[in-house]
Formats: sequence, C-alpha cells, structure tokens
Amino acid sequence: MKRNTDFSELANSSGEWLRGTGPESDIVISSRIRLARNLADFPFIRRCSDEDRISIERTVRARMESIEGWEDIRYVDIEQLSEIDRQFLVERQLISREIADADGSRAVAIDPHEQYSVMINEEDHLRIQVMHSGLDLKSAWDRINSLDDKLEGTILYAYHPKYGYLTACPTNVGTGLRVSVMLHLPALVITQQIEKVFRSMQRINVTVRGLYGEGSQYTGDFYQVSNQITLGHSEEDLVALVGENVVPRIIEYERKARDFLVRQGEKDLHDDVSRALGILSTAKKISSEETMHYLSKVRMGVNLGLINDVAVGTINKLFIHTQPAHLQKLHGRLLGSSDRNVQRATYLQRHLSGAPGTGDLN
Amino acid sequence: MKCQYCEKPATFHITELTEPSGPQVMHLCEEHARGFLQKDTSSPAVSIAGALAKQLNLGQTKKELAELDQKECPVCGISFFEFRNTGRLGCPYDYTHFESDLTPLLSNIHDSLEHRGKRPRRAAASADSQAIMIQLRREMEEAIDREDYERASEIRDELRRIEESGTGESAK
Repeated sequence: MKRNTDFSELANSSGEWLRGTGPESDIVISSRIRLARNLADFPFIRRCSDEDRISIERTVRARMESIEGWEDIRYVDIEQLSEIDRQFLVERQLISREIADADGSRAVAIDPHEQYSVMINEEDHLRIQVMHSGLDLKSAWDRINSLDDKLEGTILYAYHPKYGYLTACPTNVGTGLRVSVMLHLPALVITQQIEKVFRSMQRINVTVRGLYGEGSQYTGDFYQVSNQITLGHSEEDLVALVGENVVPRIIEYERKARDFLVRQGEKDLHDDVSRALGILSTAKKISSEETMHYLSKVRMGVNLGLINDVAVGTINKLFIHTQPAHLQKLHGRLLGSSDRNVQRATYLQRHLSGAPGTGDLN
Repeated sequence: MKCQYCEKPATFHITELTEPSGPQVMHLCEEHARGFLQKDTSSPAVSIAGALAKQLNLGQTKKELAELDQKECPVCGISFFEFRNTGRLGCPYDYTHFESDLTPLLSNIHDSLEHRGKRPRRAAASADSQAIMIQLRREMEEAIDREDYERASEIRDELRRIEESGTGESAK
C-alpha cells in the first residue's frame, strides 16, 4: 500500500466504473456492492474513544499492508485531508458523505482502477465496496467476496452464529450486504411513470434513492435501487433479487417508455436532446443543476442514436467532472459559485463541441 | 376520485397494511404519492424508530418501556434509550445483552431471525469472548494511561491468546 493524498492526476482521469461499458450500460450506470464488517475486539464506532479509533485504523492498516497483491493500493488518511479533497472523494463515490463529515481517525484504501475501496471507521469499522460499470453484479460479488476473504484472513470479525456479521445498525446485520444499482431513467420521468415503478418496488423489499445517497434531491434522472433487508437470505440471493428480479424489469419499463417517446414524436425528442447539447456546448456559465438536467437529456439522445458524435462514457464522466470539487481540483484553486459556473461552461464546451470524437476525455 | 390532499385526480390508490389502526386506503395524486412513498424510504434511524413504535403499540406498557430504556450493556454502557434515539448499537455484545428486546425489531425489519449467508472461515470468538476482548482492550488503554506498561503487556498477551484461539476452526 502507498500513502498518497495527491489527487491531481485523479482529477484528470476517471474510474473504470464510469466508462459506460458492460451489460445494459445505456440504462445502468454502475453496479455497486458493499459489505459492513466490524472488528470483534472493539466497541462499534459510536462508543469508540479517540484512542479506539486510532487503534482500529492502525490495526487494519497494518493488516492490509500484509495482504499480497495490495502493493499498488492507495491509502488515504481522511482526517488529514482538506475539505475540498474530502468532497472530491465523495463526488467520485470512493467515500461516503458520512465518513467525509465525521471526526477523528479514519481512512480509505482505494485500488488504482477505482473499482474497489475499503473505508475504515465509517458507521462500521470496515465498509468494503466494489463498483463495476453497467449491470455486472455477479462479478462484483465474486470480487468483493474474495476481498472480504483476504481481509478476514488477517482480521477477526464480530460475528454471531445466529445473527451473522454484527453491525452498528440492525438494518445491516447478517450479511452486511448492500447491493446498489444506479439507473438512468429519463423516459420514465418524462412519461410520469416513475412513481408507479417505485410503488411496485416497495412491495419487494427494495429501496430507491437519488444519485448521492440518502436524503438527497433526485437530480439528472438517476435512481439507485438497493436491497432493503440483509438478514435471512444468502448473499447470492440478495444479489439475484436486485440484479435478476428487479433491475431487468425496470430496464424493460424504461426501454418501453423510450420507444413510446420515439414513436410519439421523434422530431420533438430529437429537437429536445439536440437543444440540450447546444446549451451545454455553447453556454458561458452554467449551474451544476442545469448541467445535470441537460446531460441527462443528451445521454438519452446518445443512447437512442439521436446524437452520434458523443460517447456515453464521456457523458458519464462529465456528470462527475463538472461537480464543484472536481472543477476546483482541475483548476488548481478554490472557486466561488459564480466562478465555478464559468469554469463548468468552459469545461463542457471543451469536451462537447468540435469535431466528432474530440469529446472523449481520455 | 380526487386526491385526499388536493384537487387533482387521484391516480394512486395505496393500501397501507402496517398502520396500527388496521389497513388504511390512501387515494393520492402523483405528486402526493411521491411525497408519501419517499417518506417511506426513510433513513435507518427513522425506520428503527418506526419499527420500535409499532412494536410498542403491540403491547408494551409505558412502565415496561421506561424500564427497558434504563437497561444498559455491561460492556459498552449504551442504554436502550440511546439506541432507540440513534438507531445505532454500541458494541457486538449488545446483540446478546438486548437479544430479547432486539428480536422483534430484527424480525420487523428483515422478516427473519437467522443468518443464512456467508460464515467466516476463522471461527469468530464467541459472544462472551468478544465481550471479554473489548473489556480487556479498555483495561489495556487504562494501564497505558497510568504508565503501567507491565500490566498493559500482560493484557496484550491475553488478548492475543483469545484471538488466536479463534483461528483455524470453522464457525459452523
């Protein structure tokens, strides 16, 4: 493991989960799985003293260092980071808002491809997460299962023969597993059917949230579908519930709604998505919210073949790279809100206008 | 039919089965249905509070609740009152100490009381030895604070012994 808090290189690249490939990637942005784990010999985080947190961080770090194949893992001491760097990692979905805003000793280990990360001293002592592009839960589960095995080889987890892996919140006990699939559902929003989809999902132990987790406003037509329960089913069953039972149905509804929009008025739709691209590629200042709104339209336009010279991967990256901390990291200094709006417009223009193909970020 | 909360037509007819007063039918427009359904996808603390409230409605008296609130875990010191307010437990031993109070809650949230997933290959220490480990670690920190390094190192050896005794065998 290498300690590294220089994110300037990261600010110019993006994680593999954003590349817009993998099954169903016209609708599914990413497949994420996380496991909650706790050390057997410490209280849960809320009852930890400052010394406990420091010991947990040290113990886990030392044990991770002994894992073979982890030489290239980046290790970040979150307590030492500036607010902007913490925000940067949140925007990139490598750490949670909760750990970013917490106090005391806490850290994250990140793989170079940004496909997995391990948070230390979040709500639980360990939060392991794996993120893949498109609908790819099975291989995400295989990977996180083997990561968990590696960590378990060196760390004694809190475990109860009846209740399984013990977690700070009883809503995570058992498997400690949360499967989350991020979906882009603009046509279901336009055709006002999204509520019906929500409602049908409430009955089958699945929850829906906005792009940035709990309590946030839904922006850019992104919805995250997750399993609600963690106890009483095997990990494979929970993965299948979301990945085979629920998500394919939503994908089918979204496809039908897109077909309907095309049939109902392709010219109108073509006009709408082209105008969105026009605004994004020519505006001189633009807010984050407006950017999300129009990027969502452009993304659908690209996926319906109405916009041809922009890659889905580019749009996925722009969603992340136009957020406040990313813009400021790219710019190398702190920017106020109105400066950011100008920089965001410049950035979008650079990546969306011009000859076909120039829109690609990498 | 109009929405219960405004003049718009009710396009959603939701039957809430878990209301304490019995099934309740709601007639809502799209917008109010959204508010209603979003309220349901609540944070863990809120859903725990909700689940607990239901549980209490089902029979616990005020006196019983007051007694339960006072109950404290001997290992981490958290009271049931604190757990009820925050939705977070204090240590692994809480699942043993508050077991009878937590099982209705677990069954409410998960509709199950038995883990059916992965088991650690190394046997996790038993609930009791996990509790002892947490207590020993605290004693070790106290020994270090008062610069009693001899005692601290004895405790460290003891901890290592307990941890190692949990290795090698299956947890099943």
